[in-house]
Amino acid sequence: MCLGVPGKVVSVDGALAVVDFWGVRKTIRLDVVDEPVSPGDYVLNHVGYAIRRIPAGDIEATLALYEELLKADDAQDPMAVDVKGEMLA
Amino acid sequence: MTASAFVSLRDPTRARALADRLTHLTNRFGRAPVSVMHVCGSHEQAIARYGLRATFPKGLDVIMGPGCPVCVTDLPEVDEAVVLARSGVRVATYGDMLRVPGTAASLGDASADGARIDVVYSVAQAVDLARASSEPLVFFASGFETTAVATAAAILDDPPPNFSVLSAHKYIPPVMEIVAEMPGTRIEGFLAAGHAATITGWAVFEPFVARHHIPVVVAGFEPLDILAGLARLLELILEGRPEVSNMFPRCVTREGNARAQEKLWRVFRPAGGNWRGIAHVPNGNLRLRDEFAHLDARRRFTIDLTSLWTDSPSPLVGQCICGNIMAGLTLPDRCPLFGKACVPDSPVGACMVSSEGTCRIWHQYGGHPDLGGSR
Repeated sequence: MCLGVPGKVVSVDGALAVVDFWGVRKTIRLDVVDEPVSPGDYVLNHVGYAIRRIPAGDIEATLALYEELLKADDAQDPMAVDVKGEMLA
Repeated sequence: MTASAFVSLRDPTRARALADRLTHLTNRFGRAPVSVMHVCGSHEQAIARYGLRATFPKGLDVIMGPGCPVCVTDLPEVDEAVVLARSGVRVATYGDMLRVPGTAASLGDASADGARIDVVYSVAQAVDLARASSEPLVFFASGFETTAVATAAAILDDPPPNFSVLSAHKYIPPVMEIVAEMPGTRIEGFLAAGHAATITGWAVFEPFVARHHIPVVVAGFEPLDILAGLARLLELILEGRPEVSNMFPRCVTREGNARAQEKLWRVFRPAGGNWRGIAHVPNGNLRLRDEFAHLDARRRFTIDLTSLWTDSPSPLVGQCICGNIMAGLTLPDRCPLFGKACVPDSPVGACMVSSEGTCRIWHQYGGHPDLGGSR
């Protein structure tokens, strides 16, 4: 539960945002995010709450780890399972 | 992701160069072992998953400390949730908490006996469940400060009157003090978890460094992030420079997320309490402030733990060495239960339950992932 998951903001409605995580769209909350968020921004999601707006220059480096974890289809891989769990939050 | 990002983060040449640097630095100590501790289940997952221990020099011990919030949830905290659930109160919690053993039963056991337990991915889902009915719903909240921030936000967002929180939230910085002061501790530096520091900022570790003269390096979760963080940590130890170094600037700033901190500390106060297997940790627990007493399950309900006293714990529990593992004093594969009487499907200790538990991670990725490494 330490690992957040980055996603791309699709739309914002008050304290709620629809965020795309590799094709999975979830509504997450913006109550504690550090900067104002707009469609197109990337945010780090932790248990259904955006905890950071990822600076534009850091997006690719942030996504890299998850790209690989999401390719793992081992249901017993704890790190991949945690990341997928965060996507469901 | 573009090829350039992948190359920069996974480049085997850079990985080899960093591993060589770790060996060079470790050799410069002229003694062994050099012991450092990380306090994050996700770091251990990455170290095990990517086989990093195989690249660590023999003289370097990288130990996972109390970095799994589920694992350090104390028995009485689980018992409180079990008693509430058995008394007919609906309880919602994160999935990892279901199988964490209490004194005699887990929430999963209570569920099998007919108690109503809902697994949620977010506190927001627990609030939605409460809103959909008028019956009391208790959210059994676990996790470090990163997760506690979400609970705080839910509490501040006008939850329905039938919603309350049983907080088992924990705060990491105080437990680092406990480990540093433990008799016989070998820990010479800490690798701090990037995402917790996203909230707190790296300056949160400065008082610790000033008191204990032990360096702290904030690191990310990519294999190269971890190798680079360890190299930086060894440099600081070698040079006798107790300071905080931020090696994860793409997520962590000095001040952290001020908005999240404001909500966290408006709702929670630090309180002393036991961490399972570790010790009493002053200020290590996060409890609801008086202003939110109406949302605090401990004050809304009478939770009588004596009702559990007729049950007896498993005789194996006394052999579990989770506490010593989390204190960095021993390793999972030195436990006689590991992989035999204690496996993920029927865990004896909490470290085998959570995907962030040391035993669970070692069991999944091979019981002894140090292939030719430090041990």
